Amino acid sequence: MAVLRQERPVPVASGRHRGRTRRRLRRPNWAAGAAALVWLLFVGVPIYLMVKDSIQPIDAYLNGGPLSLPHSLTLDNFGQVFDSGYARYLVNTGVVTVASVALTVLLAFPAAYAIVRSHSRIVSGTFRIFLAGLAIPAQATIIPVYLMITRMHLYDSPTAIILPTVAFGLPLSVLVLSSALRDVPRELYEAMTIDGGGSFRLMWSLALPLSRASLTTISVYSALNAWNGFLFPLILTQSPEQRVQTLGLFNFQNEFGSKVPELMAAVMLSALPIFIVYLFARRWLIAGLAGVGGK
Amino acid sequence: MTAARAAVEGTDRAARPGALWIVPAALFFGVFAGVPLLLTAVLSFTEWNGLGTPHFNGLANWHRVVSDDAVWESLRVSLVFMVLCWLVQTPLSLLLGVWAAGRELNRAVLSSIFFLPLLMSTAAVAITWRVLLDPNFGLAATIGPYIGFPDGNIVGSQRGAVAAIVVVIAWQFVPFHTLLYQGAARQIPQMLYDAALIDGASRVRQFWHITLPQLRNTIVTSSVLMLVGSLTYFETILIVTNGGPGTATMVLPQRMYLSGFQSFQMGYASVIALVLAALGTALSLLIVRFSGFGKMHSTLEGI
Repeated sequence: MAVLRQERPVPVASGRHRGRTRRRLRRPNWAAGAAALVWLLFVGVPIYLMVKDSIQPIDAYLNGGPLSLPHSLTLDNFGQVFDSGYARYLVNTGVVTVASVALTVLLAFPAAYAIVRSHSRIVSGTFRIFLAGLAIPAQATIIPVYLMITRMHLYDSPTAIILPTVAFGLPLSVLVLSSALRDVPRELYEAMTIDGGGSFRLMWSLALPLSRASLTTISVYSALNAWNGFLFPLILTQSPEQRVQTLGLFNFQNEFGSKVPELMAAVMLSALPIFIVYLFARRWLIAGLAGVGGK
Repeated sequence: MTAARAAVEGTDRAARPGALWIVPAALFFGVFAGVPLLLTAVLSFTEWNGLGTPHFNGLANWHRVVSDDAVWESLRVSLVFMVLCWLVQTPLSLLLGVWAAGRELNRAVLSSIFFLPLLMSTAAVAITWRVLLDPNFGLAATIGPYIGFPDGNIVGSQRGAVAAIVVVIAWQFVPFHTLLYQGAARQIPQMLYDAALIDGASRVRQFWHITLPQLRNTIVTSSVLMLVGSLTYFETILIVTNGGPGTATMVLPQRMYLSGFQSFQMGYASVIALVLAALGTALSLLIVRFSGFGKMHSTLEGI
C-alpha cells in the first residue's frame, strides 16, 4: 500500500477528476482569490527587495527608494561578496550538509529497520526514547554540547557542527522511516527468507528499495536543517576558516550592515542553491518539509 | 495453508534483525542529545565560566534565577510572543492551506510562490527583514507614516518591535503550517462536500461544519509545533532587534545565550535552559492531553 501511496499515480489522477467535477459544480471563489493576492504581495515584496537590492549599486539603493524598479543593474555585489571569502563559507556549509545527510541515513535506516522487524525489547525501549527525544529543544542542551565538544578537542571544526546536528535530526528521521517500513508486507520478507536471505539482505534488497520515497524525505529534511543551521555553528565554531554560510551572513550583517546591496547579494547566494533545487524537484522538497508534520 | 496459520499465530519465518541494529543510532543520539540534557541538569548546580572545571555550588543558581527580574521579564516576553504568534499564524495558515488544497492551476502556481520563505534560512529571512525595516532606506520609511510611525522607526518603539518580530516570524513559518493544512485538507473526503452541496450549504457553512472539524488533528499538530517552537525563537530576534529596544523583545533563549556565552555564567544559563526544556515538554503534554489527540480518533468515523 505504501508503495502505491508514495508513487502517487492513483491519488493524483482521482484528484484531477475530482477537481473537474468540483469546478463544474462550484463557482470560483473570488473573495479567496483576492485574499491570496494580498498574501502574494506580503510574501513577494521582501523577496523582490532582496533580489532588487542585490543587483544594483549602493547609490541606486540609497536614492531609489524601496519600491522603485531596479536600474543600473550590476553583478559587482556578488563579486564583492566572493572577495570577502563567502565562497569558503558555502563550501564549508556544503561539507557539513553532505556529511550530515550521509550520517543521518546511515544511522537512521538500520535503526528504523530494527524497530519494525525486531522482536527485541531493547529495540522497542530505544524507540520510546527516540519518541521522547522529539520534544527536546536543541537550545536546552547547547551548554553541555559546548562542554563536550571542547573536551573532545573538536571545537571550531566541521565535525563539531555535524555531530549534534545529526543527533537532533535522528528522532524524526527514525520515526518517518519506520512508519514507511511498517507498510512493507511481511510476505515479502518471508519470501526472501525462503530464498536464503539473511537480515542484512532483507534490509538491502527489500526494505531499502521499498522506502526510497521516505529516504528522500529525510535526506531533504536533514539537508535543509544542516544548510540553514545557525545555533550549533554559532556556539561551536569561531574562526573564519570554519565559518558556515548562515554565520557568514550574521557576521557580514554585523560588520558591513550599511552595505546593503552586498548584504543582499550574500543572502541571495545562501538561498539560491535551494531555490534552484526547488525549481527542479519541488515535490521532493515539499515532501521533505512536510515530513515533520505529516507523520 | 502454513502461511495462513503463521499469520494467525502472529509468527513468520522471515529473518529478523537483532537489537544490535539500533545500537549505532541509539549511542549517537544518547551521547550528543540525551547526555547533554542530563548534563544541563547537573551543570545547573555548578559554577562554571566555560573554560575551567565546573564546581558545585548547590542551589545558588536557582536562587538567583528565581529572584532575577530580568529572567521573569524574558519569560513574560516569550509567553507574549507565543500567544501573539499563535493567534496570527493559525487562522492565516488554516485559510491558506485550505485554499491551496484546491486543484485549480492558479492556486498551484501561487502556492509554489508562497512556499519560498520556507527555503530560506532564518538568518537570511531575518537579515532581509532587517533591511526592509530600516527607518532611513527601508520599506519602513515609506509605509511607516501610514501605520502610525511618522519617522519610519518601527523597531525603535516597544510595540512596533514586538509587532515586527511577529510579522517576520509569520512570514517565515506560515508557509510551513500552510503545507500541513494543505495536506490535511486534501484528505477530506469529497463526498462530504458533495452532500453539503446537495443540501444547499453555503461555502462558509461548509467551512465551519466540514473543513474545520475534519482538520482537528492537524490544528493540534500545528499548534503544538507552533507553541513549542515559539519557545526557541532566537536567531530572528537576535538579528532583527537584538532584544531591543531595551529588553522589549528579549526572549528566554537570548537571555540564556547572553548569560552563558557572553557573561560566561554557564551554570546560571543551564537553569534557564532547563526551564525552557520543561516548559516545552509540559506544553506539548498538556495540549495533547486536553485535545484528546492522544486517543487519535479517526476523523473518518461514521463515513
